Amino acid sequence: MAKKFMYMNTKAPYGSIYALESLEVVLIGAAFEQDVSLAFIDDGVYQLTKGQSTDGIGMKNFSPTYSALGDYDVNKIYVEKESLEERGLSLDDLQHLTWEDEDEDWAEKDSIRLVSRAELADVIDDQDVVLSF
Amino acid sequence: MTTLHTVNKSPFNSSAFDDCLGLAKSGSTVLLYEDGVYAATSGTKPADAIANTDGVTFAVLGPDLKARGVEGKIADGIKVVDYDGFVDLVAEHDKVHAWL
Repeated sequence: MAKKFMYMNTKAPYGSIYALESLEVVLIGAAFEQDVSLAFIDDGVYQLTKGQSTDGIGMKNFSPTYSALGDYDVNKIYVEKESLEERGLSLDDLQHLTWEDEDEDWAEKDSIRLVSRAELADVIDDQDVVLSF
Repeated sequence: MTTLHTVNKSPFNSSAFDDCLGLAKSGSTVLLYEDGVYAATSGTKPADAIANTDGVTFAVLGPDLKARGVEGKIADGIKVVDYDGFVDLVAEHDKVHAWL
């Protein structure tokens, strides 16, 4: 039976290995056909900024991978509003992540759900497994 | 004694930036790099703190801004330097204080 897995992303990319490791684990979880959700809070919201270019720092730019999550049926991506605002960011600063709904003639839909801290707490409460990175 | 302060931790989950700002003397320079660059992005409390700090020069490492997609969000008055500029700053100051 599929369980509800929530991956909490709390760290900025590149400064530590957490963001990349989380992405690896998410893709593994999706391959096992679990019900996967992602949350981005605190510095984790920086993982989704658009226009990342790592040529100058000699590290792999893994940000394009987020746009592939929809193809793995990972389409519940929660971004905490308070964390974005504290960092002077809005949804416009983030990648536009989408998925195609098989049940509606592959209609393209948004994957990112902007939620308040209180709303996110309810989503987390509903999960079977929560993994924090 | 002139000091170059370096901060490479995000201001949102480490006290390094606040500690540095509290102890940096007039005439010194603060260089933000790696996750420290987020302190230089506009619309944040750290950027306001930078704007309200007189006598200290602030610089930020360009390649780390570009990697993180925040190059276009740097607050006014903060100088963007490259790796050569980083080396120049080290050479120009008497010592380096690397905050953790």
